[in-house]
Amino acid sequence: MDTLLLLEQFFNGLQFGVMLFLIAAGLTLVFGIMDMVNLAHGSLVMIGAYLATTFIGWTGSFLGGLALAIPATFAVGALVEVVALRTLYRRNHLEQVLATFGLILFFNEIVRIIWGPISLYSGLPDYLTGQVEIIPGAPYPVFRLIIIAVGLAVAGIIYAIVAHTRLGMLIRAGASNNEMVGALGINIKSLFTFVFALGAVFAGLAGMLLGPLTSVEPGIGEPLLILAFVVIIIGGIGSIRGAFIAAILVGVVDTVGRVALPVLLRAFVTDAAADTAGPAVASMLIYILMAAILVVRPQGLFPARTG
Amino acid sequence: MDRRQIWLSLATLAMFAAVPPLTVIFDQPFYMDMIARIMVFAIAAVSLDLILGHGGMVSFGHAVYMGVGAYAVGILSYYGLDNGFLQIPVALGASALIGLVFGAMSLRTTGVYFIMITLAFAQMLYFLAISLEEFGGDDGMSSMRSEFGGVIDMYDAMQFYYVIFVVLALVLFGLHRLVLSRFGMVIRAARSNDRRMQAVGFPTYRYKLAAFTLASTICGLAGVLFANLNEFVSPDVMHWTHSGELMVMVIMGGMGTLIGPVLGATAFLLLEEYLPQWMEMAMTNAGEHWAIIMGPILIAIVLFGRGGIHALFAATIWRSGGKRNG
Amino acid sequence: MAEPILQIEGLAKSFGSLVATDDLHLDIEQGEIHAIIGPNGAGKTTLIAQLSGELKSDSGRVRFAGRDITTLSMPARSALGLARSFQITSIFPDFSALDNVALSVQAHAGHSFRFWRPAGRDPGLRAPARKILDEIGLGSRADEPAANLSHGEQRQLEIAMALATRPSLLLLDEPMAGMGRDESAKMVNLLRDLKGRHTIVLIEHDMDAVFALADRITVLVYGRAIATGAPGDIRANDEVRAAYLGTETAQEVSSA
Repeated sequence: MDTLLLLEQFFNGLQFGVMLFLIAAGLTLVFGIMDMVNLAHGSLVMIGAYLATTFIGWTGSFLGGLALAIPATFAVGALVEVVALRTLYRRNHLEQVLATFGLILFFNEIVRIIWGPISLYSGLPDYLTGQVEIIPGAPYPVFRLIIIAVGLAVAGIIYAIVAHTRLGMLIRAGASNNEMVGALGINIKSLFTFVFALGAVFAGLAGMLLGPLTSVEPGIGEPLLILAFVVIIIGGIGSIRGAFIAAILVGVVDTVGRVALPVLLRAFVTDAAADTAGPAVASMLIYILMAAILVVRPQGLFPARTG
Repeated sequence: MDRRQIWLSLATLAMFAAVPPLTVIFDQPFYMDMIARIMVFAIAAVSLDLILGHGGMVSFGHAVYMGVGAYAVGILSYYGLDNGFLQIPVALGASALIGLVFGAMSLRTTGVYFIMITLAFAQMLYFLAISLEEFGGDDGMSSMRSEFGGVIDMYDAMQFYYVIFVVLALVLFGLHRLVLSRFGMVIRAARSNDRRMQAVGFPTYRYKLAAFTLASTICGLAGVLFANLNEFVSPDVMHWTHSGELMVMVIMGGMGTLIGPVLGATAFLLLEEYLPQWMEMAMTNAGEHWAIIMGPILIAIVLFGRGGIHALFAATIWRSGGKRNG
Repeated sequence: MAEPILQIEGLAKSFGSLVATDDLHLDIEQGEIHAIIGPNGAGKTTLIAQLSGELKSDSGRVRFAGRDITTLSMPARSALGLARSFQITSIFPDFSALDNVALSVQAHAGHSFRFWRPAGRDPGLRAPARKILDEIGLGSRADEPAANLSHGEQRQLEIAMALATRPSLLLLDEPMAGMGRDESAKMVNLLRDLKGRHTIVLIEHDMDAVFALADRITVLVYGRAIATGAPGDIRANDEVRAAYLGTETAQEVSSA
């Protein structure tokens, strides 16, 4: 097989992985700190994508659009937390799942009403459509490299926040002991709102970056949300480090697997059988990976220290 | 169990039984199709109630077993094997096996993990179904209704309806017995306090796994009926939103009551059918956006609808006693 | 002298840097009430969890009735006749008191893969359960939902559930927890009745109860047994006094 092709797929996998990380990061923080399952996290990906597309249209500038979409997504996130999610923290997981399932239906329909049911395409400005040869002979799209860079930067920022700041200390304390944070005289309610809105921004950012790669349509966040679940299961609930490593793992295994597996299978079975079984197995690969990791480590790769 | 609950179950079944003659009298064949569809989902919802309501296992992938049952029929039919006496054992065997494997993995975990893992496994089979180009991939494939060697004609609407009815009744009766049996006591108690159950000597994992597998198998049977109903099979059956909808049916009707989920399935599917029409009446073109009402309805049911429709009956009709079902 | 029913050899458990059980050696003799006392955080509940099989030990071995049970699960240990009660009441609140006890009976009446006959009308489960409830003094409350029982009654039910597994060794984790004076006295009488028929490992903060009931006492401090002996010896032991010095319990130990 072509090594360059494989390398290109590896980079695509990396790009997919950091995107999953952006979504999983907010999800795992909300899980870890508020013990809350939020299915509607995928809706924030969608809302981010739509807001960016609209603002890019308004301003006529890609960066200008993002600059507006990011605070707007933050505001939407904060609003969702205050209006809807806050009442769910004390509910059991089943109720959280179903209520946020209801939220998804609501958000998808709102988007359909505001932006219409058809897919939107937000192009890229010329300066982002080019390709570069990071490895001689293998041109690679600049925009995808930028996504990787943004993802890595966000990962760095989150890590720095959680590990080294007062806010991070509160986040870690909140994860283990809500009452204690409350006793310290910190307004836990605003802390939760802030953390949730921050997670919303990361998820929205994933949607904004995804927009130019595919199309923007209602419900685009949901398949990604389920993959983000897989990332969290593998990484361990509440662990940012686990989410990052698992996201890259899932992204690369999924992307490379789809290309490599059919080729690999040809070495063992007939071409026809490989062509049939290849895509089938490739589509299940990350779930098989998840199952395998669960057998060895039921709590994920980096189980959070506290319950 | 509550005597009144048995009466509610019998009354509900009696109403289902009365539907075909009524549709003939009033010449409204459409309703027979609709109620048949409701009963198929009721079977699936009741099977979910066994593990969700009685066993406390929040499985977010239950629709997948409906898909397995449906695909068993579809794939056998694709190869010309339309005999129901073959299809049903294959479908039940396949859904039992897959339930056993997924359950064995998922039940090693609890809480949020369990929810996400059952969802992930379901998604895996959904994508597998999409990747099966031979069987229509994303678009699915049409299939024949099952043959029963001339004993039952599934193409006869009336006979088909009563086949579904009898399956629903048998499932309800069987699970009613099961919930009260020694086995039922174990899974119900394990839901309340698993650690305590282990301390008094129950290896709870194997009982929960057996319940999970049984629920998957029954849901597979619902899938067989679903494929027959639509004469069509596609990956959409296994879509995660359908797993969510099955959970909604259980909650809406009342968890851990068996007959509740039947009422929940009825209410949910009727709402899905008529909500767009009602909205259309209120405002032109509003009907297509019915989800904007449905979403908040779900949230309201979760937040305020404790005990579901079943509890509603308990509160209004039964009134007396009142200690249970609260 | 008969072999001890429970032999604990070099048992250890730590959580991160916190050592909960530290190279513990202890023998429990057949038929005795063996109390384990110690200041808060001494590792008493951890020890119960290790002995019942809920927590995996880092090292060491546990022998029960001549068998190495170190690697056995909780249900497997229960099947061999090792029962425990919980510090925090762990009953099934939706079930009746009788149902609660019948479940314990069921746990040891063969497998429960029985799907058809109603367990609630099974004389093989109900009769033994009712007998135990009568013995323990809850006979009149049998059909009451467990949630409706008073705290003291729930603690009794907790013991009844352990007894219904027909154990040879009972691990009781603070059976008097949260009880008033009258309820405690009742519980002391109940445990005294059980004496002789069952070997009991008793963890308890109520020193009056401990000194009234125990044949032997082990003092646990930071996961180590610093002394084991008859109540009189423990009361006179300097090391024990030192361990408790300055705490409220020290006065209780010396005055009990």
